[in-house]
Amino acid sequence: MFDNIIAILPELGIAIGQTLTMMAIGLSTAIVLGGPLGILLFLVDEGQSLQHRPISIALSWLVNTIRSFPFIILLVALVPFTRWLIGTSIGPVAASVPLSIAAIPYFARLVEKSCKEVPRGVIEAAHAMGASEWQIVWRVLLVEARAGLVLALTVLAISFLSYSAIAGVVGGGGIGDLAIRYGYYRFQTDVMVVTVTILVTLVQVIQYSGNHLAHKLDKR
Amino acid sequence: MSQPVIRLSAVSKSFPVHDGSTFHAVKNVSLEIAQGDIFGLIGKSGAGKSSLLRLINLLEQPDSGSIIVAGQELTQLNKKALRSARQQIGMIFQQFNLLQNANVFDNVAFPLKIHGTLTKQEIAVRVKQCLAIVGLESKTFSYPAQLSGGQKQRVAIARALASRPQVLLCDEPTSALDAETTREVLDTLRDINQRLGVTIVIVSHELSVLSSLCKHVAVIADGEIAESFAIADTNQLRVTALGRELSCHWHEEHSNTHHKDAAHV
Repeated sequence: MFDNIIAILPELGIAIGQTLTMMAIGLSTAIVLGGPLGILLFLVDEGQSLQHRPISIALSWLVNTIRSFPFIILLVALVPFTRWLIGTSIGPVAASVPLSIAAIPYFARLVEKSCKEVPRGVIEAAHAMGASEWQIVWRVLLVEARAGLVLALTVLAISFLSYSAIAGVVGGGGIGDLAIRYGYYRFQTDVMVVTVTILVTLVQVIQYSGNHLAHKLDKR
Repeated sequence: MSQPVIRLSAVSKSFPVHDGSTFHAVKNVSLEIAQGDIFGLIGKSGAGKSSLLRLINLLEQPDSGSIIVAGQELTQLNKKALRSARQQIGMIFQQFNLLQNANVFDNVAFPLKIHGTLTKQEIAVRVKQCLAIVGLESKTFSYPAQLSGGQKQRVAIARALASRPQVLLCDEPTSALDAETTREVLDTLRDINQRLGVTIVIVSHELSVLSSLCKHVAVIADGEIAESFAIADTNQLRVTALGRELSCHWHEEHSNTHHKDAAHV
């Protein structure tokens, strides 16, 4: 009964690699671009130190707009952009482009929310001691919100594990794609069970690690 | 009286209210506080005493007026110069406002690190000194969550003292504390005023706190100074109800100590 599974074993290895590639690129972009965007969203919001209504409204509108796209539509809509950027629209690296675009505003909102949980008084105390905005970001916001940020990244990683399955539609590959092609289209239930088991395990591992790290970092 | 270390001249501050009107929190207030003084600001909630305190280090920007602290006109400074000037003005808060994810050492080192004028060793020495002043050397590597309220406030005092300020602003510093720890914190404040000559400005709604700590008091009502007096000066007539109550507290405390002295003899 394991014939199907043995037959797809090499492909399974590749698929796991593809999923991890998409996750790595998507999450890195989210951290590098979405993180600062989230902090900016927080700082220009009403009542914060860089309060700026026009910028706040513009950023918020942009973030909401990108987030309102169903991922599959974003995937297809971005094909020309992906082709221009990567040179192809097929493969895990190409699929990482729409994944990243979706990840940036998603993570930005999560970062903004984590920053909002830092007590206002702590930021005010830093101002009173003469800290600059830059120092407040690095030495206050990121320090005080670090447990929340780790949990935000955990949420993002798990969402994007399932998003990456949809990337199969444009030939992105990955575990989810394998599940659809063999498990669903060819009625190979055993393949479906194996791939889903791998996904379940990955989610459990990600969530457990995230919780563990957040707990270690949180001294409150 | 010695030179004023804080001088506010005709300072006003208003806030927009949600219904579109304006709330005048501080109205044309002028105030001088002498070097080495312990100056109390008292008033009902919403009277503007907290706003007045926060104007002294420009946490609130005044609409008009001048604010001179330690010889510098703060309203004329650019952002960078203001940040540097704030090293002269420590501040503590009702909710302590310590970094929860940093230990006591890093909290006290924070103001020294952000100004970057000291080396690592110098910072370590200064942090140790400040923790000795508040009597918390043994808690150097504890996190705030492991401390009592009174200890947290003393860490906040050590942090505020780290950059050797001339002035310490206290915004309801004991309002989150019980009677016992309140006494602890007041003793620490009195001690740093006497030993280091730090000028203290304290906002509180607790009459007992002000009457036991302050040398001068201003009663704030409706954004204005209703009256201002030296607390030990019993000749000056008190105009406000709060002023009279405060004097009663002061007399009570002092007659108590007299009784105790008598008992000793």
